[in-house]
Amino acid sequence: MANGNDVSWWSRTKGLMITCLAIWAIFSFVIHFFVGGLNEITFLGFPLGYYMAAQGSLIVCVILVFWFSGRQDSIDREFGVAEDDY
Amino acid sequence: MTTQADGGGSDFVNNLGKIYGIYAGGFAAFVILLAILEQVGVPDRVIGYLFVFFTLAVYAGVGILSRTVLVSEYYVAGRRVPALYNGMASAADWMSGASFVGLAGSLYILGYDGLAFVLGWTGGYVLVAVLVAPYLRKFGAYTVPDFLAARFGGHIARFLGIIVLFCCSFTYVTAQIYATGIIASRFLGVEFEIAVFVGLLCILLCSMLGGMRAVTWTQVAQYIVLIVAYLIPVVILSAQRYGVPVPQLMYGQALQEIAGLEKQFVAEGLASAETLKPYLQPFTTYNPLNFFGLILCLMIGTASLPHLLMRFFTTPSVRDTRKSVGWSLLFIVVLYFTAPAYAAFAKLEVYQTVIGTSIDALPSWIYTYGNLGLVQICGADATAIDAIKAACFSAGNPDGILGLSELSIDRDVIVIAMPEIAGLPYVIAGLVAAGGLAATLSTADGLLLAIANALSHDIYYKMVDPHASTARRLTIARLLLVLVAIGAAWLASTRPTDILSMVAWAFSLAAAGNFPALVLGVWWKRCTAAGAVAGIVAGFGITLFYVIMTQYGGMGEWFGIKNISAALFGLPAGVIVMVAVSLLTPEPSKEIQDLVDELRRPRGGTLINGGDARPKAA
Repeated sequence: MANGNDVSWWSRTKGLMITCLAIWAIFSFVIHFFVGGLNEITFLGFPLGYYMAAQGSLIVCVILVFWFSGRQDSIDREFGVAEDDY
Repeated sequence: MTTQADGGGSDFVNNLGKIYGIYAGGFAAFVILLAILEQVGVPDRVIGYLFVFFTLAVYAGVGILSRTVLVSEYYVAGRRVPALYNGMASAADWMSGASFVGLAGSLYILGYDGLAFVLGWTGGYVLVAVLVAPYLRKFGAYTVPDFLAARFGGHIARFLGIIVLFCCSFTYVTAQIYATGIIASRFLGVEFEIAVFVGLLCILLCSMLGGMRAVTWTQVAQYIVLIVAYLIPVVILSAQRYGVPVPQLMYGQALQEIAGLEKQFVAEGLASAETLKPYLQPFTTYNPLNFFGLILCLMIGTASLPHLLMRFFTTPSVRDTRKSVGWSLLFIVVLYFTAPAYAAFAKLEVYQTVIGTSIDALPSWIYTYGNLGLVQICGADATAIDAIKAACFSAGNPDGILGLSELSIDRDVIVIAMPEIAGLPYVIAGLVAAGGLAATLSTADGLLLAIANALSHDIYYKMVDPHASTARRLTIARLLLVLVAIGAAWLASTRPTDILSMVAWAFSLAAAGNFPALVLGVWWKRCTAAGAVAGIVAGFGITLFYVIMTQYGGMGEWFGIKNISAALFGLPAGVIVMVAVSLLTPEPSKEIQDLVDELRRPRGGTLINGGDARPKAA
């Protein structure tokens, strides 16, 4: 099964996976380590640290999933492993 | 293949927008009609009954209309649910009594720390989309144990998958039936135990006849009811208070007012600076380790819960599965954006109208819920003025002014009581009850279906009688559904613990039991059957042990980790054991490695047909 096309397709897929998980980790965890400092800043009437946990990270995740699904599909199409359109 | 024999519903699938548009309009008209009835003097109790019975009748109706005798329709809704509608159904499947009833209440009590639930229950969808769901969809399983069996060769992996599925789904469904009981006993005025069984009957009507197909289309209907019911009270409050009907933006001001009032209470002696937990201050209840640990467990649990993953088996293609995860998250975030606003408005309302008032002049909702044992004042159930006066007097509060620490509200009450707390008309309270029921029923439907499918498809059909006819398999599935439901209802009627803890345990159990095997099974070809089996046993075993021993066995916490984050131990243990044992055993056969190659590539149709054929020749 493993031809050159598949190998480079899979390495691109893995690259995308790692990118997505890195963004996910930053907005799910890393940014909230700094909640104390962020709360000094006010954003739309919210302390920014609170805002990031209540809304900011959620917005990022929604965009991330849609972006991922578009990116993965174009990788699949580029290497000819996408499903036929119906 | 993805195209199935027509189950008589392609007109339906093509006209989904129109059908659900009419449905949403009809629901709006129904709410307006009830509002008018209330104005002309129809009693509250009747309004409540109409709300609950009308919505239940609609769900049951959809269930009956979607009844089916086709196996693929029963297990995966014929794999033709469009991404957007599957997103809506998944959102309803996902948002349970814990989200609808419990989340805002937890935020009310925990403040910033409660946001661990908001983060944990949303971010996990990134893992679902990137790591798990598309590959399971490509594989073409009917159930999660199906996948484990094919990838890890045989009955042991399948059986472990069933045990994990059963433990987490059963814990979860018990929490849902419990929540149904709370809502129904409040709004229908029936006994808690009876309410539990009434709710159960409705759940069964929806899911028994049509399996996944019926559950899908009822869940879409339930999403519409639950999201409307969740938004309307806060939108009205936001408009009343700040003149802008967008609570998600306006509650920043409410947060500032809360912080101001907290300082004022301390200055006036209504709260002590030592015991007050400022609402916006992080890590007052959970230390950072528990806070981030809980987020991690909930997120990974999201990507491992069989009843959720199973929803993504129903889309027409792998591409649609990925998109569908995005839609699910979007529909879920609508509620999760609003929950902190709900909590902030409730907090502000209570701070302004209850704290610092005379005990003689408390609003009547205090007694309504005090009589249900859900509001306590000075340590006594708020059943009557005299009772709490006596309790407060003996607790050393002779002046009769209510201090902050003297009021204790059960977290499950906040959402249900909010319309009364804010003095809104009863029709809004009825709407909230209907929404709460929609949330609990939709999740319970999905969970019961997951359990019954595992029992009928994985145990009965795959392990006991592989020659069973279609009719027999579906009959067994329905029979088991009823038995499991009765068992869960019985457990719920004993009131084991609060909703949120039960749900959090389910997440930890799923995370430790399923996640390493699912992810490594797809992403690491070298992962062997022996490794997977050992990893599942280690991870799941440690998590289950920790939950049971800390909750019931009197064992102390390890490193101060609360048992709602039990997977923090089981998950790494599972991964380490799985990797170590895999490396010590010979690498998987060529067929298995080809299977992994195939299931990674979207092209080429499902690998097993109808959940039972051999893998296609590569």
